[in-house]
Amino acid sequence: MSTAATTTAPPPAPSGRFQRREIRWWTSLLWPVAGLALLLLFNLLFTPGFFHLEVRDGHLYGVLIDILNHGSKVMLLSLGMAVVIATGGVDLSVGAVMAIAGAVAAQLINRPNVPFPAVIALGLGVAVLAGCWNGVLVGVFNVQPIVATLILMVAGRGVAQLITDGQIITFTDPRLTYVGNGDFIGLPFPVWLSLGMLAITALLTRKTAVGLFIESVGDNQTASTYSGVRAGRVKFLVYAFCGLCAGLAGLVEASNIKCADANHAGLFLELDAILAVVVGGTPLTGGRFYLGGAIVGGLFIQTLTTTMYMQNVSADVAPVPKALVILIVCLLQAPVFRRKMVAVFRKKGAT
Amino acid sequence: MENDSKALLEIRGLAKSFPGVKALQGVDFTVRRGEVHALMGENGAGKSTLIKVLTGVHSRDAGVVRLDGAEIRPTSPKSAEGFGISTVYQEVNLIPQLSVAENICLGRQPTRLGFIRWGAMARHAEAALARLDLKLDVKKQLSACSIAIQQMVAIARALDVSAKLLILDEPTSSLDENEVEELFNVIRKLRAEGLGIVIVTHFLDQVYAIADRITVLRDGQLVGEYEAAKLPRMELVTRMIGKELSQLAPKQSTDAVETAAHEREPFVEFIQCGRAGSIAPMDLTIGKGEIVGLAGLLGSGRTETARLMFGIDRIQTGEMLVDGKATSFKTPGQAIRAGFAFTPENRKSDGIIPHLSIRENIVLALQARQGVARAISRKQQDEIVEKFIKVLGISTPGPEQLVMNLSGGNQQKVLLARWLATQPRLLILDEPTRGIDVGAKAEILKLVQSLGKEGLSVLFISSELEEVVRYCDRVAVLRDRAKVGELAGKQISEEAIMHTIAAPQTK
Repeated sequence: MSTAATTTAPPPAPSGRFQRREIRWWTSLLWPVAGLALLLLFNLLFTPGFFHLEVRDGHLYGVLIDILNHGSKVMLLSLGMAVVIATGGVDLSVGAVMAIAGAVAAQLINRPNVPFPAVIALGLGVAVLAGCWNGVLVGVFNVQPIVATLILMVAGRGVAQLITDGQIITFTDPRLTYVGNGDFIGLPFPVWLSLGMLAITALLTRKTAVGLFIESVGDNQTASTYSGVRAGRVKFLVYAFCGLCAGLAGLVEASNIKCADANHAGLFLELDAILAVVVGGTPLTGGRFYLGGAIVGGLFIQTLTTTMYMQNVSADVAPVPKALVILIVCLLQAPVFRRKMVAVFRKKGAT
Repeated sequence: MENDSKALLEIRGLAKSFPGVKALQGVDFTVRRGEVHALMGENGAGKSTLIKVLTGVHSRDAGVVRLDGAEIRPTSPKSAEGFGISTVYQEVNLIPQLSVAENICLGRQPTRLGFIRWGAMARHAEAALARLDLKLDVKKQLSACSIAIQQMVAIARALDVSAKLLILDEPTSSLDENEVEELFNVIRKLRAEGLGIVIVTHFLDQVYAIADRITVLRDGQLVGEYEAAKLPRMELVTRMIGKELSQLAPKQSTDAVETAAHEREPFVEFIQCGRAGSIAPMDLTIGKGEIVGLAGLLGSGRTETARLMFGIDRIQTGEMLVDGKATSFKTPGQAIRAGFAFTPENRKSDGIIPHLSIRENIVLALQARQGVARAISRKQQDEIVEKFIKVLGISTPGPEQLVMNLSGGNQQKVLLARWLATQPRLLILDEPTRGIDVGAKAEILKLVQSLGKEGLSVLFISSELEEVVRYCDRVAVLRDRAKVGELAGKQISEEAIMHTIAAPQTK
């Protein structure tokens, strides 16, 4: 074998265009962080009180804290969504799964003989089950992800309605309301939950081979299968995990408003989650995924929403500027657009 | 500067650089009317850059490009077509779900009031094909046609824009011999019509069969322009790679092989293994440390046999023995755990994971075999990858380079590394040298040979008979999805294989 090695001196490296662009995790964070920074700068200049923080009864209060708090749902969802999108799929059902998880928890907490850990476990368990359902459809039966999860997106709210009997179920149990409203070392509990899940997800994907398998399946499923990766199993896992993330987000949401509202819990949040992932630099075509990017993307979207609110943009019109800002961020990420812009600026510089 | 009145395309002093790489420097290239001009060179020689400049994919940094005496500067493939330069690429660039007629006329369908005139379009497509002496149902869906026909359709489409210069980029890489001959007839016909034809190919035989002139590039520079008839093969090869052929391909001593062949213990045995619609039941034995070749024309069932052995397709009839024990694989994963490895024919679509790094591509199979939980540490990964980059001579700035940025030969080496890292017992190589340059080819073949000596069994599939003859201990010959014969030791020669393929069926 050594003879084979010595025959050629390495010729000049191929296509130097890409040579210097090594992929490191932080380069992917550059754009979403820049977007977030711009947005914060805008608020620093034009939104009085945006950066105001105060400590009351040992708790931090302020707009920034609210953003972290409310953004945690999208952040949680975006973690699951990131790994699903990395396999080349998408999960449209997360909003509905949130509603189901919230409904189960709300129903159980009001029963006197159900211990609290069981409430949480069952709420999350149902969500994981829902994720597994998606996983079986996509991973085993090869149903198109968008169709497979659309089924649960539509049916899931019905399931939640069945669980709540069509009622909005309120609860007052302090342990459950803590999940969405409690404070832990100065920060709202959901923030810690999101950060914890980020750490767990990062560990699970990067310290084991799961991340490699997810990315290889998303980038080239045939080649991965030929290399011995079980693509079906990988897909099943990511949808199950996405279900878990949706369950957590559902508990946070229900706990936050102290009731389970099957109709409105997590409504349209799947779209925010997908956006957060895309803003975070993960391509919708699958392959490389960036968990940090997804989290920053989630924060970006929440900051945007809050900014609209604080600028007194009426809720009816708010989606329009929001869409515009997201459009700009996505364009900035698109290589074609960036090349064109660079070309334009070069020309201007030359003349 | 030469003043050739017949010159159709004249390129003088062409230069193009990409950041860090001078892809072309001071290249001259002349194509005359009514000539087939082969553009030769190893990967990285600048052939594809030259073509991309011609077709307007890249803009040139310096130099003059004249077509019919007028300087042109194409800015896109469309504008190049406007000048009369049409290209047919290696991978057929058509839309399989559309009909033949739609593919030929796509983007320039005859319309009336914005509606497509289907009848006119069909007649137009028929006329375009008739120019190639081809008659087929133009309403047929393209994917229902053979690859060769698809190639012809692509040529018909390219010619349809009143082309003066036709560029064929690796047009024969997926064709069998008859289909190549068919294609060449078409090319000869077009040459007689006065078209200038540029052909890029790796097959030396074909160059001599069709080309009038040969231009050789190396490392982005012009080596020279030659008349094909006056340039011996050896000369051509040495010009392309810049070293003597004898360095590259040592002839193995056949005596040693033959004595060894009889003592070999079988590793994998096919006993009447087959699959409906894929390959007829066949016997095949691969001994330990033996290199067994599968020879046959395109579509003869070579890849199908490999897929069956590797567990991609299930074996329906018969029995497979591994180490003498009956075994059946439901997934490639099971085959891998039994020590099998498979580099697929279609490197891009079935082999590499394009957006992942060289490191990740190499450790993938090993990691998949070890399972999710037993992650290979980054340190181990780096060691493995570094070792293989060195041993296989993968030329890359570093292990974190994305595989999609490597040349074909280096991608193939990465795939080999992926499998060698699993320390396989059987390596199934499906067209391992297709579409890669001569140097890398020789290295890979040499490697295969030395692996055989180390006790690895190899199933070697190649449409280049020369390779099969040179490197295999035994050759199974396939035709029409069935095994028709087997040759061993001294019996193996290109002639014998072709005779076996052509021999009348005995049933």
